[in-house]
Amino acid sequence: MARPGLTDERSRGTATMSRTELLADGGNERRRRRLRRWLTITLFLLPALVLFMLLVLAPIVIAGYASFFKWNGLGGPPTDYVGLDNFRTLLSDEVFHQDLWHAVVLVGLSLVVQLPLALGIALLLNQRFRGRAVFRVVFFAPYVLSEVIAGVLFTILFDPETGVKFAQGWLADPNTVLYALFIVLTWKYFGFHMIIYLAGRQNVPQELLDAAATDGATGWQQFRHVTLPLLGPTIRISVFLSIIGVIQLFDMVWVLTTGGPVHGSETLAVTMFNFGFKRFQVGYASAISMSMFVISLVFALIYQRFVMRRDVQGAITVMGNQG
Amino acid sequence: MSQVMRAAHAGRRPRPLRTMLVYLLVIVLGLTIVLPVIYGVLGGFKNTAQLSTNGLGLPHPWVVSNYSGIIKSGTFWRAVGSSTVIAVGTALIAVAVGACAAFVFARFAFRGREFLAMLFAIGLMFPPAVAILPLFVLLRTFDLLDNPLGVVLPQAAFFLPVTIIILRSFFRQIPREVEEAATMDGCSTFRFFWSILLPMARPALATVSVLAIVTSWNNFFLPLVVFNNSDWWTIPVALQQFKTEYSTDYARVLAYTVMAMVPALAFYAVAERQLIGGFTTGAVKG
Repeated sequence: MARPGLTDERSRGTATMSRTELLADGGNERRRRRLRRWLTITLFLLPALVLFMLLVLAPIVIAGYASFFKWNGLGGPPTDYVGLDNFRTLLSDEVFHQDLWHAVVLVGLSLVVQLPLALGIALLLNQRFRGRAVFRVVFFAPYVLSEVIAGVLFTILFDPETGVKFAQGWLADPNTVLYALFIVLTWKYFGFHMIIYLAGRQNVPQELLDAAATDGATGWQQFRHVTLPLLGPTIRISVFLSIIGVIQLFDMVWVLTTGGPVHGSETLAVTMFNFGFKRFQVGYASAISMSMFVISLVFALIYQRFVMRRDVQGAITVMGNQG
Repeated sequence: MSQVMRAAHAGRRPRPLRTMLVYLLVIVLGLTIVLPVIYGVLGGFKNTAQLSTNGLGLPHPWVVSNYSGIIKSGTFWRAVGSSTVIAVGTALIAVAVGACAAFVFARFAFRGREFLAMLFAIGLMFPPAVAILPLFVLLRTFDLLDNPLGVVLPQAAFFLPVTIIILRSFFRQIPREVEEAATMDGCSTFRFFWSILLPMARPALATVSVLAIVTSWNNFFLPLVVFNNSDWWTIPVALQQFKTEYSTDYARVLAYTVMAMVPALAFYAVAERQLIGGFTTGAVKG
């Protein structure tokens, strides 16, 4: 349609120009083209940058600023500068210590129970048997339900009045509440990790396993020395996602227990919510936000530096085998 | 005869016992996934007295008023409507804005590109919960509380990193020759993007949109803070409120929970491939 017309016009234009004109025009043309290139880059990037800066980066900067003030969040910017007071209070706050401990426990349980379970199921589902597609769909299904749905369902299932006999009262006992929370988290999330592992497992070339089997490796040895190392990058990402998820855990806790009993299942995000949105101590709550931010940042940096570093190589191996 | 068949089977697959064990394991696990949901579905057909005396059995008699009450009430459908509008809005904005950025990151070499791309990638590591309080203050300043945009825009912004990473790697795979041929034919950059690249990237766009919709659909924290007024409550917020309101009538709450599952599971049934594909490309490629 318009395309051939455009080309014709341009070639006709150059054909009638003299040599010098052509050179001068070339310089102009190049400058114009460079300008147009920059204009394109700017126009295409600008919306994303504005949105991202304004709604992702700016809030973090604001939280950082507000954390140095005593502020109820109302009436313009904060004015009552208190230095590091909020952080001092935070560091000596029993609830904050508990929040951190709960995160450690949940991460530990995830690494020891949830992720190995997901890996095991992924390896099972990687075998050929009738109906495995159905199981895959079922295991992943809870992931598409919100934490609120899972939370409400299990609140009632664990309720002393209405719940199943053996689980009654798990949520009401500070000694068991974290484990109950972990069970619901596992119910919802292990399918997600399973799917990731399944994809990773499908990238392990069958020839390698066959070769190992020919050399007399047992099933366990094949897993330990072929499958597991090749799953490395996948496992490291799943661990990363799992830990970041625990650091910001809010919905499930809020629905199941609102952090109780007696702060027994409280997380950083829940404490932050209580101070920021219920008690209007926005400065202090910002300090909690900042602690979450610093924890995830430090964790991400350390993890990227020391754990995921080898994954460039791993990724190349995987891609080479795919191609 | 069955012995012969079993022997033949064992010849091909050495361990029938193992297959049995595999079945046993996945069935037990499948039941732990499904049983709570069945408990919910049946519980919705009970009244509260039945629920506490006969929590695990079949309803007797079957009570339909819990479900029918919710289906007839406007609040549930209003929540479905809000969730839909907000999810679609989030996906549209995140994908439109993200695709433009991903295009530039994938097809142009310029100073600062890697820095900017990294800036977005870092956003992937920030828990949205960190930003929620200042975001609330910001939205209040812009008068966006109790406004669907107050949820849509931040959700889209937080989803940009995922969009950009997935689309960038997809745009990169489209061979240079396609672009060269288009340019030779006098195709402008914008037209190449709009009429050639985007149609070619349809599967990736579908994946990203589905991920955005599910993320938005299940989001609780942001709509909880932004919507004070019940007009725009999304399903998770409405469900949590319903649970608080009917804390003495859990059978009714179970019915509401089950109703809330239906749209999500229906969407899963339709978009299962994009969902699972999306998570795995995202995770395996990093």
